Amino acid sequence: MIHPPALPHGLQLTADGRLRHFLTVEGLSRELLTRIMDTAESFASVTEQSVKKVPLLRGKTVVNLFFETSTRTRTTFELAAKRLSADVLNINVATSATSKGESLLDTIRNLEAMHVDMFVVRHDESGAAHFIARQVAPHISVINAGDGWHAHPTQAMLDMFTIRRLKQRFEGLKVAIVGDIFHSRVARSDIHALRILGVRDIRVVAPRTLLPTDIATLGVTPYCDLDEGIRDTDVIIMLRLQKERMSGAFIPSLHEYFSRFGLTDSRLVHARPDVIIMHPGPINRGVEIDSAVADGSRSVILQQVSHGIAVRMAVMSMAMQPAITPEKTT
Amino acid sequence: MLSETCLDPDRLLDRLEADLRDTLRERGLDDPAMIGIHTGGGWIAQRLHQRLGLTDPLGLLDISFYRDDFSQIGMHPEVKPSHLPFRVEGRNIVLIDDVIHTGRTIRAALNEIFDYGRPAHIILGVLIDRDGRQIPLQPDCRGGQLTPGTGQRVNLGGPDPLTLTLTGIPPSS
Repeated sequence: MIHPPALPHGLQLTADGRLRHFLTVEGLSRELLTRIMDTAESFASVTEQSVKKVPLLRGKTVVNLFFETSTRTRTTFELAAKRLSADVLNINVATSATSKGESLLDTIRNLEAMHVDMFVVRHDESGAAHFIARQVAPHISVINAGDGWHAHPTQAMLDMFTIRRLKQRFEGLKVAIVGDIFHSRVARSDIHALRILGVRDIRVVAPRTLLPTDIATLGVTPYCDLDEGIRDTDVIIMLRLQKERMSGAFIPSLHEYFSRFGLTDSRLVHARPDVIIMHPGPINRGVEIDSAVADGSRSVILQQVSHGIAVRMAVMSMAMQPAITPEKTT
Repeated sequence: MLSETCLDPDRLLDRLEADLRDTLRERGLDDPAMIGIHTGGGWIAQRLHQRLGLTDPLGLLDISFYRDDFSQIGMHPEVKPSHLPFRVEGRNIVLIDDVIHTGRTIRAALNEIFDYGRPAHIILGVLIDRDGRQIPLQPDCRGGQLTPGTGQRVNLGGPDPLTLTLTGIPPSS
């Protein structure tokens, strides 16, 4: 598992403890994660309106700076920003193998000169969002939309939001994360968030080759057997088998992977009857999950997508607010 | 040092109810739906909703996302979901808040209501109409009027029992 550079404590938070950037859930308080979910709950009600928009970020400009391709994450960030009435600029930057730091900084400086207010950054290198957060002008917020194998904090928050909505609690839950743990920033962020919120029984389930050797140091229990790993679980988070990252011989074949680690209805008898099945998408049907499970009654995969918009609205608006305690005017 | 004067919320509520009944009758507004503004307005609206025997469930608005001062003071830390359990389009709406002061909360509430649909009429009822308007919005119905001194606030406590206090902060603090 990749260990990114240690974070200066003040980088993500303002002096009074509010979000300035959102780069990782690691090190954040349970209170702050709860506030993100509470705020997202209010944003979820915006979809009841015939005009699905609130004027909170009117006049602000959000730049989706994607150095790595993504459809779902970019789309939901774009929709979230638009539902907050911000203007959105989508920039897909092909990662250049050489002089990466320099060209990245040039891009940032150029966009700053266009008076933008927020960068939503996805990059295939761990620590890219932190790097940008250290460089930007003081009024600009940076949201990490996934960096290398390191973190995907908004995915973790939408996963937590989904669990809270469906299970109404975190204490006492048994949660299994199944699949390519080794390459997964989602797994890492989910583990941190679950622990902060009070989940004690977290299992990671994968072939030995896809489990980082030091994974237990994160406070999780590794399993190499799917049936054992999901036994009596309340929540199963399936991960995509990242075929594009399978340059080494991590698994013998996709077929064998499915037969040992693919989630099917017959495997689900080991979990609790009210288990919920989550997946960050995009799903590989017949590789890590059977279609009958992905489309079945216990799957909450599409709810996760809807929740992603509300959670991203919450994080964006919280990071954009000034650092002053509000006082009500009537 | 604080000085406090107690006000009687029940008497104010009686007068607001009577004023609302008169106004609805005079304007011929049948079958209205009621919306309370979180939190104090919601408490007042709950009582009025019951007293007027309205058929549709009560709607609640948290106007945090529609405030005009987000870029100055940010978002209220405990924002609650808005929920209007009826169709707003074409309806007669009674909008209720506890205190109208600057008028900015009401402006935000009106903007939010119109994002749900285009109502036929909206009438505004407040428990207390205090001075200090910063935009040209006036209530149609009120429980009472108040002209507190500079720096004084009217605070509603609740939901049960409802209490009203006038909190005076000396200019020196």
